[in-house]
Amino acid sequence: MRLEGRRIFKGKATGEVLYTEEDISFYGGCDPETGEIVEKNHPLQGQSVAGKVLVFPTGKGSTVGSYVLYALKKAGKAPLAIINRATDPVIAVGCIISEIPAVDKIDIEKLRTGQRVEVDADNGVVTILD
Amino acid sequence: MGLELTREEQRMLDGEYGKATRKAMEIITTLGEIYGANRLIPVSSVQIAGVSYHNLGEAGLEYLAEMAEDGKVRVLTTLNPAGMDLTEWKKHGIPEDFAVNQQRVVEAFAKMGVITTCTCTPYLIGNLPHYGEHIAWAESSAVCFANSVIGARTNREGGPSALAAALTGRTAEYGLHLDENRYAQVKYEVQAELKGTDDFGLLGKVIGDRTKKKIPYIVGIKSATTEELKSFCASVATYGGLGIFHMEGITPNQTPVPDETEIVTSEDLADARDALDDEDAEIDFISIGCPHASIKEIARIAELLDGKTVAEGKTVWITTARPTKDLAIKMGYYDKIERAGAFLVSDACCAVAPLKGRFKGLMTDSAKACFYARGKNKFKTEIRTVEECIKEAIS
Repeated sequence: MRLEGRRIFKGKATGEVLYTEEDISFYGGCDPETGEIVEKNHPLQGQSVAGKVLVFPTGKGSTVGSYVLYALKKAGKAPLAIINRATDPVIAVGCIISEIPAVDKIDIEKLRTGQRVEVDADNGVVTILD
Repeated sequence: MGLELTREEQRMLDGEYGKATRKAMEIITTLGEIYGANRLIPVSSVQIAGVSYHNLGEAGLEYLAEMAEDGKVRVLTTLNPAGMDLTEWKKHGIPEDFAVNQQRVVEAFAKMGVITTCTCTPYLIGNLPHYGEHIAWAESSAVCFANSVIGARTNREGGPSALAAALTGRTAEYGLHLDENRYAQVKYEVQAELKGTDDFGLLGKVIGDRTKKKIPYIVGIKSATTEELKSFCASVATYGGLGIFHMEGITPNQTPVPDETEIVTSEDLADARDALDDEDAEIDFISIGCPHASIKEIARIAELLDGKTVAEGKTVWITTARPTKDLAIKMGYYDKIERAGAFLVSDACCAVAPLKGRFKGLMTDSAKACFYARGKNKFKTEIRTVEECIKEAIS
């Protein structure tokens, strides 16, 4: 299946989906050294975003969150790609400065944790491979 | 995409002006596309946030160092507070390793040509836009002041997007740059006498908590000082996420007056005060200067502290911008404050300095400072007038 959206930041990636219906605040909500979601009661609490195609509705919280994505990239713990329903400025800026492929305006309910997907951010397209 | 670029803007995006400018232009154009802007517009002034090493961390610093390799600001650009007084930090108990890293952050900004003012009140010390001017400011209290009190035009920028505007001299035309997004949406009738920065901070909390991002048109305020307005701006931005408000007879922007009306009574203000007062607060820290104190406020505090002594076990920080501190030194205010055992701290404030665990309870005149003292530093808080704060300090 092919889902069409909009490019936020260019690049291509293929990998496994980590999905949540809850918004993510990277500042304070994600450990910048390990990639683990640490926000209390978040559905992804205890799971790492490292090396995943991270799918969530939108970002929330402080603009310092952009730098947390940058820290994850430097630590080798960044998501492979980010897919949103509507990307907010904190996530958009974070993806640009850390060069993480990102798309939004995607019907994210079609995705679920564990699926393999190909993200072609240049064209704003996500393809479900299995 | 609807976003059209000029030839020069396209060249920035293509990397002809170097790596940092390309990255900056990617940020500006992406935000423009997300918000449906049709074009970019020049900005004449930038205020950058994200300066305290405490918030930035090593990764943020690395990003700034990378941008500083070939990035240079194109317009007047000033800087938010750092985590410490850049010269007297030792005296204030800031750890050496933090100081070293904080200096590296400030140096990275300086290398890009940013004027390292380190204040949240750029409009008090030389970065003062005029009515109608398009600017790109971060620092929520200053954004609110610029849009509302001055009538300049800026969105609520974040650290990286403000830096991007500085490096390109551009921002995307959306949000608060456009007339239609600046008009009032709900009227607030204030039926209470307000006096002092603490009262104006409480009004900011009442309206901020209630307004759910709707732009307020406030009536019933007979007069307000610049200091009271800066306190209100900080509070309404902190509690309500607002970038603009209108205050009848006081702020300059034109707007239709909304029909929907909310009433603010003195009981509402008292409730807000109760909400910020922790019953069991044990006050060992008194701080005034959130947003940074003006020279007028410092003169008053110096008068109150003259010949007095700060009580054993209490620490007092009066926070301000460096040029204001220099002026306070020249006028003898610094000596009066410091002789009493209080500190006149420049470049920093109680919200961004690494103070967690150092104090139990903060007394301040600032509703915004209460928010950060509780959330970030786990202090208990009490909000009082400046006079009451100083009285507490010397009792």
